[in-house]
Amino acid sequence: MAISNATLTGLTRTQLLCMHNMMLLMRRFEEKSAEEYTRGKIGGFMHLYIGQEAVGVGSITALRTSDKILCSYREHGLALAKGMDPRAIMAELFGKATGCSKGKGGSMHMWSNEAGVLGGNAIVAAQLPIAVGVAFSAQYLRQDTVVACFFGDGAVDEGAFHEALNLASLWKLPVVFICENNQYSMGMAVEKAWAVENLLSRAAAYNMPGEIVDGMDAIAVYAATKHAVEHARRGEGPTLLEVKTYRFRGHSMADPAYYRTREEEQCWRSTRDPIGIFEKMLLEEGLATQAEFDENDAKATQVAEDAAQFADNSPDPSLEELYTDVMVDDSSALTYRYERK
Amino acid sequence: MPRWTMIEALNNALALELEHDRRVLIFGEDVGKNGGVFRVTEGLQNRFGEERVFDTPLAESAIIGTAIGIAVYGLRPIAEIQFAGFSLLAFNQIVSQAAHMRSRSGGLYTVPLVIRAVFGGNVRSHEMHSDNIEGLFMHTPGIKIVIPSNPYDAKGLLHAAIADPDPVLLLEHMRLYRSFRQEVPAEYYTVPIGKAVVVHEGSDVTVIAYGAMVAVALEAAKQLESSDEASVEVVELRTIAPMDEQTIADSVNKTGRAVVVHEAARTGGVGAEIVAVINQHCLYALLKPVERVTSPDTPFPIPTVEDLLIPTPGRVVNAIRRTLEA
Ligand SMILES: Cc1ncc(C[n+]2csc(CCOP(=O)(O)OP(=O)(O)O)c2C)c(N)n1
Ligand SMILES: [Mg+2]
Repeated sequence: MAISNATLTGLTRTQLLCMHNMMLLMRRFEEKSAEEYTRGKIGGFMHLYIGQEAVGVGSITALRTSDKILCSYREHGLALAKGMDPRAIMAELFGKATGCSKGKGGSMHMWSNEAGVLGGNAIVAAQLPIAVGVAFSAQYLRQDTVVACFFGDGAVDEGAFHEALNLASLWKLPVVFICENNQYSMGMAVEKAWAVENLLSRAAAYNMPGEIVDGMDAIAVYAATKHAVEHARRGEGPTLLEVKTYRFRGHSMADPAYYRTREEEQCWRSTRDPIGIFEKMLLEEGLATQAEFDENDAKATQVAEDAAQFADNSPDPSLEELYTDVMVDDSSALTYRYERK
Repeated sequence: MPRWTMIEALNNALALELEHDRRVLIFGEDVGKNGGVFRVTEGLQNRFGEERVFDTPLAESAIIGTAIGIAVYGLRPIAEIQFAGFSLLAFNQIVSQAAHMRSRSGGLYTVPLVIRAVFGGNVRSHEMHSDNIEGLFMHTPGIKIVIPSNPYDAKGLLHAAIADPDPVLLLEHMRLYRSFRQEVPAEYYTVPIGKAVVVHEGSDVTVIAYGAMVAVALEAAKQLESSDEASVEVVELRTIAPMDEQTIADSVNKTGRAVVVHEAARTGGVGAEIVAVINQHCLYALLKPVERVTSPDTPFPIPTVEDLLIPTPGRVVNAIRRTLEA
C-alpha cells in the first residue's frame, strides 16, 4: 500500500507515528511494570493505565513541553507521554535512588521539572486545586503556559473538584480539566456515583465549555484537547473534558474485580483497544504500514526492558536520604539526628 | 519608633513584603476589600491592587491548594485562613500536600507558602473560632509552626516565614491582636524561626509557654517573686515546630523544675512533646515531676465558661508551688 502524505486533524505522518510509538511504549512499559511487580521488584500499590493510552497520548500531543500536567496516581503513562525519562519512572516504581524522586515518591508520585510534570497524587482530587494555583501563577506572570489536570471519574465526587472548577472559571485560568471516565472508581460504577449522566451539565454549572470525548480514539482526544488548550492560551479560561475510556486491568495490582464481568472486560479489550483503533485508522488512511507498527512495538519493548534493567541495577536509597528533602534546612530531621548520637 | 499593636505590626510587615517583592501575593476570605475580619490586611488592596491582594470564595481547601500551586511555581503566596478552626477543611492540602510535597518529590518541588490564621480564647468568640489547633499540625513533618506573643515578634516572624523556603503556619492569637502596643521598627527585620527565648530569668523553676500564655506565665512569675516565694524563669517558644530543645533543656537543667503552659487541650498536645523533651535532656536534673497547665480535654466552650477553662496566672502559680513542695 502506498503511504500517503495526508494528515489527520492537522497531524503529520511523523507525529502520528510518534503517537503510535508512545502508546506502544505506555503499554509495554506497564506490562513490564506488572511483571516486575509480580516478581516482587515493585512494592505497594500500583495502578496501571493500560486501556487508557489514547487519552494520555491524544491530550499531551496537544501540549507544549513548557505546559504543565498534574495527575492522579494512575500517571505512569502520562509522565511518559509528557517526556519523562522511562528509566527515571521505572526506577521510581522500584523505589531506587535513581528514580525521579530519588525513590521517595513511588508509583503514585512522578515529577519532572524539565518535562513539566508536577506530580501524581495519592489523594483523589487533591491535584485539582493545586493545578488551579499553577495556572494562576502562569497567568500572573503573563506566561502563556497551559495546565492540563488529569483525574478520574471518582475525583468528580470530591469537594475539591467543585472548589477548583469554580475558582478556575471565576478567574479565567488556563487549565484544561481532563476527567478520564474509565467507568469505575475502584469498584464503584460511575452511574451509581454521579447524580448526572455526564459532565456537560457540570461544565455548564461552572460556566465553562465542556465536551464529551471518545477516549479510545487518540485523534478525537487530541482534537478536543487542542481546542481547549487554544481556548486557555487565548486567556479565555478553563474547559472540562469528559473523556470516556476503560481500564483493562484492575484498579490496582490487587483487585478481585467483583464489580464487573469478565465478558464486559473482554468486550472492551477486543473491540475498543485504543492501540488497535489507532492502527486501523492509520492503515485505512494509508498513513502507515504494519511494518512500521511492528518496528514501533519492538522499540517500545526495548525501552521498557532497558528501563527495568536500569532500575534493577540501581542502588537503593541510603538511610540518610530518608531525612533529607523533608525541609530545606533539614529541621524536621533534628530529633532523629539527636537520637542517633 | 512607632508603637504598634500586633495587627498594625503585621499589616506593616505585609505592606513591606508587597512593596519589595512582586512575587508576594495575599489572598483569602475577605482579605481584600474588607481588609480581613480583624483588619490585618486593611488598606493593602487599595495600595497594591486587586491582582496582588484579593478575596477568594469560601473554599479553604482550594485556597490552600491554589496557594501550593502558586508556591511551587516560584511565587510567594500568603494565604489567610479566616479562623484557624476552618483550616480543618484544608487539612489534606496542608498536611498531605504542602508539608509532604518536598519529600515525595525528592526535593524537586518546595512549597514556600505562608498560611496565616487567627485563633485563641478569652475573647468570647466561641468554638471553631477560638480552637487551639496547633497540636494537630505539629504532628506533621514538613511544616513549621510559629506563634508570636507580641507585636515585635509577630512582624519579625512573619518576615522570616515569608523568607523561609518551606511551608510555615503563622498562628496569631486573637486576644493579643489589640491588647497592647509595643515599639516596633518600621523597617524590615526578622525574628528567627525555630528559636525560643528566655523572656524572664530565674533560678528555681522554668515555665515554658507560647502565644497568649507567655503573659500569663510572666504574671505568675511576678506574683511569686513579689512574695519572695520563688525565682521563676520563663521560656517563650515562639516556634513550636521545629522546637528549640536546646533552650528548654538549658533552662530546666539549670532550675531542676518545670511547668508547661498552653491554652490548648491537654492530651497529645504540644505540652506532651515539651515534657518528652525535658525527660530526654533533663531527667537527672529534675527535682520534681514536670507540671502541665492546660485547658481540659473538652471542645472549646461557650463564652460564659471559657475563662474557667483557659489557664490563669493563679493556676500557673499553683502548679509552680507544687514543684516547690518539699
Ligand atoms: C481522598 C481519597 N479517598 C479515597 C481514596 C482511595 N481510592 C484510591 S483510588 C480510588 C478510586 C478513584 O477512582 P477514579 O477517580 O475514578 O480514578 P481511577 O482509579 O478510575 O483512575 C479510591 C477510592 C483515596 N486515595 N483518596
Ligand atoms: Mg475511574
